[in-house]
Amino acid sequence: MNTVLSRANSLFAFSLSVMAALTFGCFVTTAFKDRRVPVDIHVSRVMLKNVDDFTGPRERSALGFVTFDLSADILAFFDWNVKQLFIYLSAEYTTRSNALNQVVLWDKIVLRGESTKLNLRDMKSKYFFFDDGNGLRANKNITLTLSWNVVPNAGILPLVAGSGHVSLPFPDMYESTKSY
Amino acid sequence: MQCCAFVLQLYYQVLNFGMIVSSALMIWKGLMVVTGSESPIVVVLSGSMEPAFHRGDLLFLTNRVEDPIRVGEIVVFRIEGREIPIVHRVLKIHEKENGDIKFLTKGDNNAVDDRGLYKQGQHWLEKKDVVGRARGFVPYIGIVTILMNDYPKFKYAVLFMLGLFVLVHRE
Repeated sequence: MNTVLSRANSLFAFSLSVMAALTFGCFVTTAFKDRRVPVDIHVSRVMLKNVDDFTGPRERSALGFVTFDLSADILAFFDWNVKQLFIYLSAEYTTRSNALNQVVLWDKIVLRGESTKLNLRDMKSKYFFFDDGNGLRANKNITLTLSWNVVPNAGILPLVAGSGHVSLPFPDMYESTKSY
Repeated sequence: MQCCAFVLQLYYQVLNFGMIVSSALMIWKGLMVVTGSESPIVVVLSGSMEPAFHRGDLLFLTNRVEDPIRVGEIVVFRIEGREIPIVHRVLKIHEKENGDIKFLTKGDNNAVDDRGLYKQGQHWLEKKDVVGRARGFVPYIGIVTILMNDYPKFKYAVLFMLGLFVLVHRE
């Protein structure tokens, strides 16, 4: 232990092991945490159109428009091992051609340190709600759920669904108006 | 007798080395079986999932059949004909009753979905394109792999030093 090199070597090895232990500690202490939080979703307006799917396969498909309100308090999520939350609102429904469809309508990244109260009104969906085909018309049951992906500093990446979800029916007729 | 002792020691060192290599291989193959993924640990190569994942982060994947693909999950997939695995999030899924699923992905840091990345004429990804779903994450550790890929001289230098070390270290 009397040359600079051997001291530097042991210091380096020690700091590596301390960091590894800390990382493992971060992972183990938050691996089994229950991360559900109540959420309030309210849908104010729904409209349906039938157009060529310009985002992909150019077939005539159903295009849905949903305006929604969202409120949730996610402070409970943030502990020492959370780097960010990826929050997304997804619509889930069944059609004649597909047993299960899920479409993400809106998402947001909340970093550690940012405001943790979500209070959004009259939000339009961020992504086009195209169906694979024409299964949205007169579909009685479209469920909107708010979920989040917890990105830790180190450890497990859980996907948690919020406890409030909203079911809504889509209209029977397509609209041909230009505006939304 | 001196040369005998030397030969024995060399033999022992070679066997030792072989043991280490085969244990590492066994652990890797064992991980592949347990997780169901052909590549259970991947290094993030691009910045398209920032701020969640940066270049050099390590991801632990699983790809079990009983875990269906759902939106919001982070999938690592390969596009047909290309080698580089891409780490993005599932945006849309359409699943048939028999379990056939087609899905669309998008990187968190990208403004548009991945259709521009897929093959010409391909609009959806399927289960066969998936390498695995990201279940765990450790930051920064994979930087060494990226350094070795970007600067091949560094890789040769490391290998050379390792070889030198093994030869010189007689214990």
